[in-house]
Amino acid sequence: MLSFVIRRLLQTIPTVLAVVLMVFVLFSVVPGSIVSSMSDDADPQVELRMKKQLGLDDPIYVRFGAYIAKLATGDFGTSFRTREPVTAMIAKRAWPTLQLICAAMAFAVLLGVPLGFVAALRPGGIVDTLAMVLAVSGLSIAKFWLGLVLMYLFALKLGWLPSFGYGDGGPKYLLLPALTLGVSPMALFARTTRAAVLEIMTADFVRTARSKGMSEARVVKWHVMRNALVIILTTVGLQFGGLMGQAVVVEKLFSWPGIGSLLVDSVLQRDIPAVQGSILVVVLAFLAINLLIDVLYGVIDPRIRYA
Amino acid sequence: MMFRTIAIVAGLGLALAAPAEAQTPRKGGTIRMTAPYGSSFTSLDIHTTQRAQDEIYAKALHRSLYIWNSAEGKPVLELAKEDVVSGGGLVHTFKLRDDAYFHNGRKMTADDVIWSYNRIMDGTKAYPGARYVRIIEGAAAVEKGQAKEISGLKKIDDFTVEMKLTENLDPGFYFFTALTSIYPADEAAKESFLQKPIGLGPFKFVEHVPGSRIAMERWDRFYKPGKPYADKVVVSIMAEAAARDVAFRNKEIDTSVLGPAQYVAYQNDADLKGTIVEVAEVFTRYMGMNPSFKPFTDKRVRQAINYAIDTDLIINKLVKGKAYRATSWLPLTSSAYDKAMKPYPYDPAKAKQLLTEAGYPSGFEFEWTTSQNESWGLPIVSAVIPMLDKVGIKAKVKQIETAVLSEVIRSGDYQAFIYSQQTGPDPLAALKCFHSSTPQSACNYMNFKNAEFDKIIDEAGQADDVAKRTQLLQKANALLYDEAPVWFFNYNKAVMAVQPWLHGVQLNATELTHQNVEDLWVDETSPAK
Repeated sequence: MLSFVIRRLLQTIPTVLAVVLMVFVLFSVVPGSIVSSMSDDADPQVELRMKKQLGLDDPIYVRFGAYIAKLATGDFGTSFRTREPVTAMIAKRAWPTLQLICAAMAFAVLLGVPLGFVAALRPGGIVDTLAMVLAVSGLSIAKFWLGLVLMYLFALKLGWLPSFGYGDGGPKYLLLPALTLGVSPMALFARTTRAAVLEIMTADFVRTARSKGMSEARVVKWHVMRNALVIILTTVGLQFGGLMGQAVVVEKLFSWPGIGSLLVDSVLQRDIPAVQGSILVVVLAFLAINLLIDVLYGVIDPRIRYA
Repeated sequence: MMFRTIAIVAGLGLALAAPAEAQTPRKGGTIRMTAPYGSSFTSLDIHTTQRAQDEIYAKALHRSLYIWNSAEGKPVLELAKEDVVSGGGLVHTFKLRDDAYFHNGRKMTADDVIWSYNRIMDGTKAYPGARYVRIIEGAAAVEKGQAKEISGLKKIDDFTVEMKLTENLDPGFYFFTALTSIYPADEAAKESFLQKPIGLGPFKFVEHVPGSRIAMERWDRFYKPGKPYADKVVVSIMAEAAARDVAFRNKEIDTSVLGPAQYVAYQNDADLKGTIVEVAEVFTRYMGMNPSFKPFTDKRVRQAINYAIDTDLIINKLVKGKAYRATSWLPLTSSAYDKAMKPYPYDPAKAKQLLTEAGYPSGFEFEWTTSQNESWGLPIVSAVIPMLDKVGIKAKVKQIETAVLSEVIRSGDYQAFIYSQQTGPDPLAALKCFHSSTPQSACNYMNFKNAEFDKIIDEAGQADDVAKRTQLLQKANALLYDEAPVWFFNYNKAVMAVQPWLHGVQLNATELTHQNVEDLWVDETSPAK
């Protein structure tokens, strides 16, 4: 297991490098610069000096080399705009995003997976029909619209929750953004779970178990659930990455102080170190979650070997 | 005076709230403002950012040599008690306040003023306030790295500063925004200042949750007796208009900037109608035409564009009446605005005739660079294209980010663009953008060159008599109207919803969201205690 984890960690290095290079090249060719975003009548000489000071007049390979050398020491650079270390900026934003994604994922898993299971156990029944209507709706609803509806309902009409803001970061402020973000993965988990369970229910080994006289409860517990969980886990892992991207909309709508809004603003202001740092952290988080999922496969199903 | 008239006419909600204004301001409470122009503040160092978003919090935290007085429609002294003018209007001797304390308890002195202006001229930083400080003699030399200190600034004593200008200008127009805030010289040089800024404003910094809010509390040693009234100010970042709408209706925020759709909705809602305040801001929206692109070199073609567009229709239907028709460059709230001027009428036949005379009977094609901005971007361009098409002009859209647009405009890399440009509060500064000596990279984006215009502007710059100067500026503005380097679209009508318990809101024509927070107060009906 340990060697598997180490091997996977080593495999992430080229992925990370490729992402870093891609972002670097992209922001070297897109129009717009930090100077023009700061001042719309900067003296051309000042612009040149500032670019020199920030190292923006060096050839791209020199800048990339310097950046990689810094990264190797854990230094993400300094923001052009705030002059803060990018690591400090990201640290301030990482916790709210983590809170948001974890809460959304918890809601999605705790509701979506049981819903899919129950629906699959009685296919075509009322529960199944309702669950799938819910799932299709959940997948097709735009987050922005859903967020507004939830705000309107729970804040304005019922007065139970605040409509926006981070407050003290407590559940009162977290609920609506997490619900908005969590509905779509919840729907996906319900559908995936239903499909996985239905497929496994008709598999040979399940038929064999039943023919050997195993009770339905034991069949579900020992065969269906365990096998379905591997599929569900894969979906959960992929959704984590997706949620990081979708969080931008929710963060903006609810004034939630996460990495998504940092990334968007940094792009608009051409704060390249902050953009690179934010994207890198998102990529690293995505890779870490997928590694964790791979490890969990073995825990759920010991037949999976880490050769 | 005109400023007042417009403010009274425009300030519907404020007029309705007049009886409340007569009350004695209440001490205490929390003012909950919103910052509607993005999902974050750019920086806590206000010298580095020209975004309107950032000045919302900066008005509470910082102070500049002058401050904008919305009632009078002009800048007035703030950190100085007196300005003695000599040397033919070029030398200003400021007697500074001796009761202004920074939030660390230290008294402001002349050294802080000089240090702050020198900092802004740092030629390696592109601080946006440099455009204002450049009017001080020797400031440009600091920017170019030819001098270490601005020669035109002299400390006479701890509370007296002498400022020598390069031209006979009113420095008030140049030193009232937060871009030229006075920093504490010792503290501002430290790294910690970026996280915990220290200013001279009525409120001191408490907390910044990036991407969400800034909280500030009353500075008890603020120099205006009895002010500020509130204990606390919280500025929440709320870029989404629909989310602001819910929060405002839910009484979670005290101010909310309204877009065109909400403007209509609030006007039609009996409960919300009384919350609206509006003002003609000093921004002109326009389509700029590149004179090096052949058809646009001809004045008749540029005029034809103005005749071919039904501007009133766009303002009424698309912008939902949330704008004032532009009659030339200077906005309604400019002291040199000429009420007698009339806008180009919608007259496609006249446009066609002008195009024929100019040698384009079948029209021509051009590329129109635009951002997505709802008030002066793609939606407007999309509405104009069929109108131009009617007279044979084909426009091809080139959409770019707003952040990139200013760079494109400054470099002249366009055939036409649509933009919103600050055209006040100083009419001389606004019109000087069209002086041939103003580079395109500064604000002469259409690279306008006209000897007669230059002569009038130069004369206006030298005129000591206010009436004569105004007359000359009106003449220059009229010439610009005739030359039509742009399609004159509209002047922004800024609209804000204000909760009935918040009092003292000023109709600031330079930017409605920029409030002198010390004058605001909340009564006991505010839900935020």
